[in-house]
Amino acid sequence: MLESYLPILVLITVALLFAIGSVTFSFLFGPKKPSAVKLAPYECGMPLIGTARERFSVKFYIVAMLFILFDIEAVFLYPWAVMFKRLGMFGFIEMGVFIVILLVGYVYVWKKGALEWE
Amino acid sequence: MSEMLSLSNDPLLFISVMVAKILAVFLVVVLIVAYATYAERKIIGRMQTRLGPTMTGPLGLLQPIADGLKLFFKEDIIPAQSSKLAFILAPMMILVPAFITIAVIPFGGMITVGGYQVPLQITDLNVGILYILAMAGLGVYGIVLAGWASNNKYSLLGGVRSAAQMVSYELAAGLAIISVFMLSETLSLRGIVEAQAGSVMDWYIFSQPLAFCLFVITSLAEINRTPFDLPEAETELVSGFCTEYSSMKYALFFMAEYANMIVVSAITATLFLGGPAGPFPGPINLLLKVFFFMFLFIWIRATFPRVRYDQLMFMGWKVFLPLALLNIVITGAVVVF
Repeated sequence: MLESYLPILVLITVALLFAIGSVTFSFLFGPKKPSAVKLAPYECGMPLIGTARERFSVKFYIVAMLFILFDIEAVFLYPWAVMFKRLGMFGFIEMGVFIVILLVGYVYVWKKGALEWE
Repeated sequence: MSEMLSLSNDPLLFISVMVAKILAVFLVVVLIVAYATYAERKIIGRMQTRLGPTMTGPLGLLQPIADGLKLFFKEDIIPAQSSKLAFILAPMMILVPAFITIAVIPFGGMITVGGYQVPLQITDLNVGILYILAMAGLGVYGIVLAGWASNNKYSLLGGVRSAAQMVSYELAAGLAIISVFMLSETLSLRGIVEAQAGSVMDWYIFSQPLAFCLFVITSLAEINRTPFDLPEAETELVSGFCTEYSSMKYALFFMAEYANMIVVSAITATLFLGGPAGPFPGPINLLLKVFFFMFLFIWIRATFPRVRYDQLMFMGWKVFLPLALLNIVITGAVVVF
């Protein structure tokens, strides 16, 4: 069983070496003429206004939370889908109940306006 | 029927075959990535009644090589205010998942090497699809990290936007393909290909047209291609999360984008179009299907304007998610009754 994961380890190594190699190559052979202006964050050439370490919209956190909730539900569906033909009618009704419960949460989130973006 | 080649019956041959397959696939992917940039410029050029690259080599065919060499010898700028380690790691964290997803794609049937059966696939994981979803999820980290480490407002906005977009559409994509496993009864990609092995009508695109459409559109959003390229919307965010990147680090983002295009095309071909099935030898069939989808993606880029962010989130959560669930219920009902 473990040997089917061995090629992935080798492939990760190859891809990593490729990435590290090309970055190192350009680091070694590229010109290096840093200046204060060149190393400043790019803001269309204007003097900087404030920092980038600011707060951003809470919407993104809500999306992340909803993703985790719904993705876990989706993962529950995977083993069920593989076994579905063998489970037959029983599996269909079981998962119907599960999806209805999922939908209740989904409708609640929708009505609460968590999916709205202005 | 001879035995399957494994680590236990001939370790030396197993390792050499494995390394040969990995290097072959890796080189093919790198080559397609290089020439996809050329194809994209050429095709979009033609669609806009321009010529695209013509000067470097015949028909501009050496353009990708010239671009690559140029990027190698450009100054590697690391902004003074950036978080250095994360800034350097981020492009690698995007590139590596993009390249290793290809490991589970079957590109042919069985061949015989030294008296053993060898599958034309880097590895046949029994949880192939979960592996693909996991790797697709890893790509998000790289983008968020790149956006945050640059310490630039445009980069940060591009990074968080991209994260929200990718997780929203990952959910819809993950739900859309569940109906495929209800028919194939396996998560292994080789198993899914075998389940479609009969005739062309056995391909899941015919029994699952809705899932196919949902998956193509959501995966377009997941790889940040037009019309869903909001993370790097150049009219408002300069270049999004890769604004501060230069030289080879920028090239890694670029390569990861095209590698992701290849991966998504290959997954779509495997799940819905019978993978390596077709009139030619396996790898060529798969490549033709991959090229078809890549052409489609380029065509879409030349045709559609970018969607607005609220439209994007609206479609992901309020259209694709319910449609994917509906598709599961319909498939279930059809299979049971």
